[in-house]
Amino acid sequence: MRRRAFFKSLIGATSSFGMVRHGYGGKKEALIPTSVASGAPFSRVVLATERGLSHGIRPVAEERIGNLLARSIETLFEENADTVWRRLFHPEDVVGLKVNCLAGKGLSTRLELVNAVCEALLQAGIKKHRIIIWDRADRDLERAGYSIERRKNRVQCFGTNKAGYTSRIYEHGYVGSQLSRIVTDYCSAIINLPVLKDHGIVGLSVGLKNFFGAINNPNKYHDNAGDPYVADVNMLTPIRSKTRLTICDAITPQYEGGPPYMPQWTWPMNSLLVSTDMVAMDQVGWDIVEEKRRENKFSSLAGAGREPVYINTAADAEHELGTNNSAKINVLKV
Amino acid sequence: MDRRTFIKISSCSAAGYCLLRDGKVLAGDDGVAPARYYEKLPYRKIKCTLCPRECVIDDLERGYCGVRENRGGTYYTLVHGNPCSAHIDPIEKKPLFHFLPGTLAFSIATVGCNVFCKFCQNWQISQARPEQVKSMKMSPEKVAKVAVERNCPSVAYTYTEPVVFTEYMYDTARACRDRNIKSVMISNGYIQKEPMKDLCTVLNAVKIDLKAFTRRFYKELVAGELKPVLDTLILLRQQNMWTEIVYLIIPGQNDDPGELEKLSKWIVEELGPDTPLHFSRFYPQYRLKNLPATPISTLETARKIALDNGLKYVYIGNVPGHAAENTYCPSCQRLLVKRTGYRIIENAIQNNRCSYCSATIAGVW
Ligand code: SF4
Repeated sequence: MRRRAFFKSLIGATSSFGMVRHGYGGKKEALIPTSVASGAPFSRVVLATERGLSHGIRPVAEERIGNLLARSIETLFEENADTVWRRLFHPEDVVGLKVNCLAGKGLSTRLELVNAVCEALLQAGIKKHRIIIWDRADRDLERAGYSIERRKNRVQCFGTNKAGYTSRIYEHGYVGSQLSRIVTDYCSAIINLPVLKDHGIVGLSVGLKNFFGAINNPNKYHDNAGDPYVADVNMLTPIRSKTRLTICDAITPQYEGGPPYMPQWTWPMNSLLVSTDMVAMDQVGWDIVEEKRRENKFSSLAGAGREPVYINTAADAEHELGTNNSAKINVLKV
Repeated sequence: MDRRTFIKISSCSAAGYCLLRDGKVLAGDDGVAPARYYEKLPYRKIKCTLCPRECVIDDLERGYCGVRENRGGTYYTLVHGNPCSAHIDPIEKKPLFHFLPGTLAFSIATVGCNVFCKFCQNWQISQARPEQVKSMKMSPEKVAKVAVERNCPSVAYTYTEPVVFTEYMYDTARACRDRNIKSVMISNGYIQKEPMKDLCTVLNAVKIDLKAFTRRFYKELVAGELKPVLDTLILLRQQNMWTEIVYLIIPGQNDDPGELEKLSKWIVEELGPDTPLHFSRFYPQYRLKNLPATPISTLETARKIALDNGLKYVYIGNVPGHAAENTYCPSCQRLLVKRTGYRIIENAIQNNRCSYCSATIAGVW
């Protein structure tokens, strides 16, 4: 998306609208990728790659990434991308784009990918001011290259430090947290935009872990490699009910040394992972990272004492957030 | 702190006074100061050695307590000189019953805690991160100055968990000592030996919340461990620090008579029978709203068990008007300090002794 179009919007409205839930185990909906919608007990994860897209902190060509995103969406939903965006998001939605920016430039959701998502939403009829790019704090967003934006007629971009947290405590299992009001009050729909990376404590950070950036007390939930906390956070109703799509930035993932940016352990994968099943996506991401670690003579994440078993927990009978069973995951390579 | 801008005294409650403030969310790097007690690790990681969690923290990340941050391989506290609460309380509110009774304590807290109790009374500040709560600027010297101005012979580090603001507590206690103001730490005792020893050089009394006497309770309801807390109590004893213990009794969770018997025996053997023990009443809150308040009979049973096992000063707290709020002479059993809530009605301790039988009464009077 062009910067001109990107950074102009109105003040964000705060109305909420009825949501549908998507993904594995969810109710059959027109928007659900065909395999699930047809009743087959498996999920689809698109792994879309374009050689030479970028490496390190070098910028990505926006047009190329826009095309890659469109191809991913079309593959996942087996429909024209514009149609999918229009069906996924209603013009009255306020769509929150949850990026992952804590690591700064190099290992944060790329601006160019977020621009491409904004462009797709604008094309689908969502007004600029009804798109909110957000993370925990302005400081984190700025460090990753985003500009804080709250002016009228602009796509909004700000941290929860601006919006605040709910006074209510949302609870599930071992988790009791206040949620970002961007999730509860501002947005009616969320697109999760994580980065594929190793995590020094919980093993892996992809889609599920990204929602630690939506709670007030993520520091309390890293014990036991994040299990069952990561899964429990994703069970909190506003997060679960509003998240409609996950698009993971795997352009230059990192297989060791995360979550901070350690360029020596990144590689040019030049890919996006796209799914409505966050657990399936995390499982695919886990497999990718393990393979890369093997290739580079690192121990497995289990061997390193940080197997991301929260992914298994997210798939268990209590959580049913998606499937982690590789036999039930269709990885669609584009 | 600038009094004109955010401090004024007003009547707050029966408990005493609170310092009302026009606090604000502090911007940028307010409160950031180098942390003590950590080791540098490869790849800009650090290991915090302040409390038993020993968090290993990557660059730009924070520890479990949320108030200490790794910035480029150097560890920082984010709350030095930034209290989120500042009140003047009776010392009895801490509770410390054997330490300067009837005096006021200038009480401060920053945000943050190194455990995660499901029954926390102050979760809005203890479980928050600095950027989520309004705080004020108040240097250690300023704290000491306010204590002097407000006729508080002590400063209490309280409400949240002072272990996590140890640098601020230590520096403030030193500034207070220079002005002849005492310092008391109201803590969960979840701290490593070295920092606790350092604190003992500047503190005058400590109150430890011993939350249970089982590992299960600590694991499930506190997200911590029992043993380090017991180790801290023993260390405080070795350091001759005046220490009182509070044990909040939660129905069905830590009220088993066998557990209370073991607890009492352990205190008598390891800390001595003069250690005051306060059994406190639980009221449903935070994430334990589903449980009932502690029956008074449970508190009375607990007190009897502790007395039967040799403890001399056993109190019942959070039950205003209960006779076990008072101090009785362990020798002649006469009433020595009569309390109602946090108020001292009468005090018959003279020169550390019972004024009736001259028995020595342990404490700092
Ligand atoms: S003081 Fe905080 S950072 Fe340090 S070990 Fe304890 S919880 Fe972790």
